[in-house]
Amino acid sequence: MDIVKILIDAGRAAIGVPAAAYALSSIGLNLQFGYTGLLNFGHVAFMLVGAYGMAITVDLGGSIWLGVPVGILAAVILGLILGFPTLRLRADYLAIVTIAAGEILRLAVRSSWAAPLTKGIFGIQRFADEFFDLNPIPVGLYGIGRFRFDERTVWVLLLGWSLVALATVFLWKLTRSPWGRAMRAIREDEDAALSLGKNVFGYKLQSLMIGGAIGALAGMFLAIDQQNVNPDAYIPLLTFYAFTIVILGGPGTLFGPIVGSVIFWFLFEFLDGVMTALIVEMDIGFLDALDATDVGPIRFALFGAGLMWLMIYRPQGLFGSKEEMLIDAR
Amino acid sequence: MLDKHPTLANVAPEPGVGKPNPILEADGLKRFFGGLHAVDLEHLEVERGTITSLIGPNGAGKTTLFNLLTGFDRPDAGEWHLNGGPLVGIPSFRIARSGMVRTFQLTRSLARLTVMENMMVATKDHVGESFWGALFGRWRHIEAANEKIALASLERFGLDHMKDEYAGSLSGGQRKLLEMARALMVAPDVIMLDEPMAGVNPALTQSLLHHITNLRDDGKTVIFIEHDMDVVQEISDWVVVMAQGKLIAEGPPEHIASNATVIDAYLGRHHGEVP
Amino acid sequence: MASQRVRTVLAITLLLVVASPLAALAEGETLRGELEKIDGDERTPVAGVTIEAELDGSPVGSAESNADGEWEIPIPGAGTYLVRLVVDTLPEGVALTDPTKFELPNVNVREGQNKTVRFNLGPGLVSGVGTWTRVSSLFVVGLKFGAIIALASIGLSLIFGVTGLVNFAHGDLVTLGAVIAFWFNAAGGGPAWHILIAAVPAVLLVAAFGGAQEHWLWRPLRNRGTGLVPMIVVSIGLSFVIRYLILVVFSGLPRPYRDYAIQNDIQILGITTVPKNLAIIGFTAVVLLAVGLFLIHTRLGTAMRAVADNSDLAESSGIDVQRVIRVTWIVGAGLAGLGGVMFGISEQVQWDMGFKLLLLIFAAVVLGGLGTAFGAMLGGFIVGVAVEMSTLWIAVEFKTAVALGILIAMLLIRPQGLLGVKERIG
Repeated sequence: MDIVKILIDAGRAAIGVPAAAYALSSIGLNLQFGYTGLLNFGHVAFMLVGAYGMAITVDLGGSIWLGVPVGILAAVILGLILGFPTLRLRADYLAIVTIAAGEILRLAVRSSWAAPLTKGIFGIQRFADEFFDLNPIPVGLYGIGRFRFDERTVWVLLLGWSLVALATVFLWKLTRSPWGRAMRAIREDEDAALSLGKNVFGYKLQSLMIGGAIGALAGMFLAIDQQNVNPDAYIPLLTFYAFTIVILGGPGTLFGPIVGSVIFWFLFEFLDGVMTALIVEMDIGFLDALDATDVGPIRFALFGAGLMWLMIYRPQGLFGSKEEMLIDAR
Repeated sequence: MLDKHPTLANVAPEPGVGKPNPILEADGLKRFFGGLHAVDLEHLEVERGTITSLIGPNGAGKTTLFNLLTGFDRPDAGEWHLNGGPLVGIPSFRIARSGMVRTFQLTRSLARLTVMENMMVATKDHVGESFWGALFGRWRHIEAANEKIALASLERFGLDHMKDEYAGSLSGGQRKLLEMARALMVAPDVIMLDEPMAGVNPALTQSLLHHITNLRDDGKTVIFIEHDMDVVQEISDWVVVMAQGKLIAEGPPEHIASNATVIDAYLGRHHGEVP
Repeated sequence: MASQRVRTVLAITLLLVVASPLAALAEGETLRGELEKIDGDERTPVAGVTIEAELDGSPVGSAESNADGEWEIPIPGAGTYLVRLVVDTLPEGVALTDPTKFELPNVNVREGQNKTVRFNLGPGLVSGVGTWTRVSSLFVVGLKFGAIIALASIGLSLIFGVTGLVNFAHGDLVTLGAVIAFWFNAAGGGPAWHILIAAVPAVLLVAAFGGAQEHWLWRPLRNRGTGLVPMIVVSIGLSFVIRYLILVVFSGLPRPYRDYAIQNDIQILGITTVPKNLAIIGFTAVVLLAVGLFLIHTRLGTAMRAVADNSDLAESSGIDVQRVIRVTWIVGAGLAGLGGVMFGISEQVQWDMGFKLLLLIFAAVVLGGLGTAFGAMLGGFIVGVAVEMSTLWIAVEFKTAVALGILIAMLLIRPQGLLGVKERIG
């Protein structure tokens, strides 16, 4: 097992495209879950409508710069549709409806009925040429040793982490304001917030729509990097990557999603490398029954266990304050 | 002993009696849970600027009545008015903004907000509380002004030294005080307290009573649910008695204390339950 | 590149998921094909069409084309088969380009071959007899599906009732039941019992798993005072653990039980369906009746409903709430496991079958009223029938969307559900 190579690959993943994309996506989810207490189990649906909104716009002859607001608008409308029937009810109803909507949307864009627009199971490709044409970075490799990225990746990463920075500033403005304080009050106790004259339903709807729009941006960013949207990429698992990241970094903290995403993708890639090495290269008796295709599922099972562990023992994140944690154990 | 409120001196102690200057009026309020009549009220008026206690045995419908009046529950029939304005179908947060604020039987401090944030979040008509206002509005001077008011109020309730602590780290009694102080930040005309003395030690009870009479002296109308007859006797201007959802008596405290119906409904029930 | 590797692994997993319906039974000989309506340049897959196969005049199996128009019939071995497209099942506006070619009498299959069989379809008028046959057989399929949903829903609803937890890992208990039964019935090293016998240990083991979960996970969490939201997140984490461990052990290939996998349509009272559908409906009806009687007439059942109704009140009237919760978990999980076995008999066993069913379970439970067992039963049947019957008017691939539609409509109109009480949505 080449531990150095595994560590370097993990390090690349920690600042790579998925890390940037999920930092952005998790910033949206953090507004919903961390600041407002909403259980949006269909965050992937917002990523999907963002990506498809943009891809379809380009496919129909529009510019990608028109596609971006279209994708955001689609996410805002989705937030309205999902939030309206559920946000007056207990927290679990939103979870039920959003997780269902995520799956239904995936099936819908996959269907032959929507195929004229979405191209069904084949998806839409090469809609981001306009973005890559703008790349000012000369052809070449940038970095040291194995830790190198080509000019295309650097350009994409530049976009990704800039979006993360912008979204963080946006959230900083919002959450440090009286608006953000009202959101946190709702997270703590809806009835108390109502008794103080806060329009709880309106705030929750806003949180769902704004967080969803940020999720849509993340979906667009991932799609731009891959130059591809395909329905089968938008599985429910993606929502829970974001959940794990938010909880890792500390829900309701400004930099939590960024820190969480970097740690998450480092661990994800590291585990992948180590497990592949153990199962494929090494001759360990009880692992003989497994082969390389089992690495993915085992990692997802570990990921589920990690989410459980975090939620039970570290609900305030890896670096959450003890004091806050004690209060939370109500 | 405190002076009884002068305007109520000539009001007859009968259930549903009219008052000279009511701030709150309710008519035909009904709420059923299955077959149970949780609240079934013919008529009730609450006099402006007084302390009105709401008493009655367990399950009499006192908290349900609070929930109905503040929009936390919907009545099956009936209407009610605050300052002459109808409140039927108005959501609870608007009722709070229109001047009637409640507290809860189990305190609801916003645990992971600081004491000061608990106070500040209660201010109303704040431009910084809207999405666009938060991003582009000028709200810092409003915050500064509100902070002064909040600090003065915290001083009055003896919580100013805790202002930067998480509300979740306060003691039970301190949370009761904070909840009352916070409700006042909404600048209500009517403040409704659901068992403010429950689970509070005797020393703090005196201080709470003092705060409640102060509220009235500031011109607020106070309605509160209480079990302890001594407390009720001490500070109420008027007492309203409920049993099985109905209004069975109302009047000045000394009248209620000697009222046979009340003793039957209230004490009789309790005596029956003692093994 | 690192991120590419990540994606590769993701892609492999996804491929397993997506390709699995096609990969079914790749080991043995099959007849397969893809139904497409060709109208000029436009090609659209045709779903929901029944294809039958016969060997020497006796039927060997049938299949229905899926959302992509694909169908597949496992067959016993090499030989010359007759393959027939059941014209009645063609949707409106689709017909054979040559109406006489609905039967292909000489389809030769070699050893180990997956033989592709082609039917040419084009635009056409309403296909003949159809309507009653189609409506009645869809109704029966809907009842069967509803029965499975009802079995799985009772546990979710009752567990919510007694503990307040919406268990997002409940669907995976369904899968677990189906997979355990598969081991006892058809796995390589297993005892190869008949599926009806294999169902017994499957149900018992899932029930025990439910009890163990309650004892070692949920009860300690409740005792710590963990809130509703963290509990729900824990349950979704648990669902990933169970689901992906099943994927490792069972693999991504869907497989049928050894018994009842292939059946031919029969006609009863003018209804055309496969016998196992009727058997599942009948058997489930008996089980649901037993559950109903248990809830109404036994002390434990009454206690369960009392706790679901108001746990504080129940406790103060001397009911051992902890015990009731434990029993609810055991019974609820066992019923979910049984639902899994039925689902496996009805379709095939697949690693994520329960998760896919979860949406329908939610719809059933919300429709009937969260926390009520009878609501879950009623909701299950309504959702099952509605989802299947909807294919009369809308594309098959949208049938689960019907469940979401029911769910959202119910939340808007009557969030407490058909049999629920208003206070509990609080």
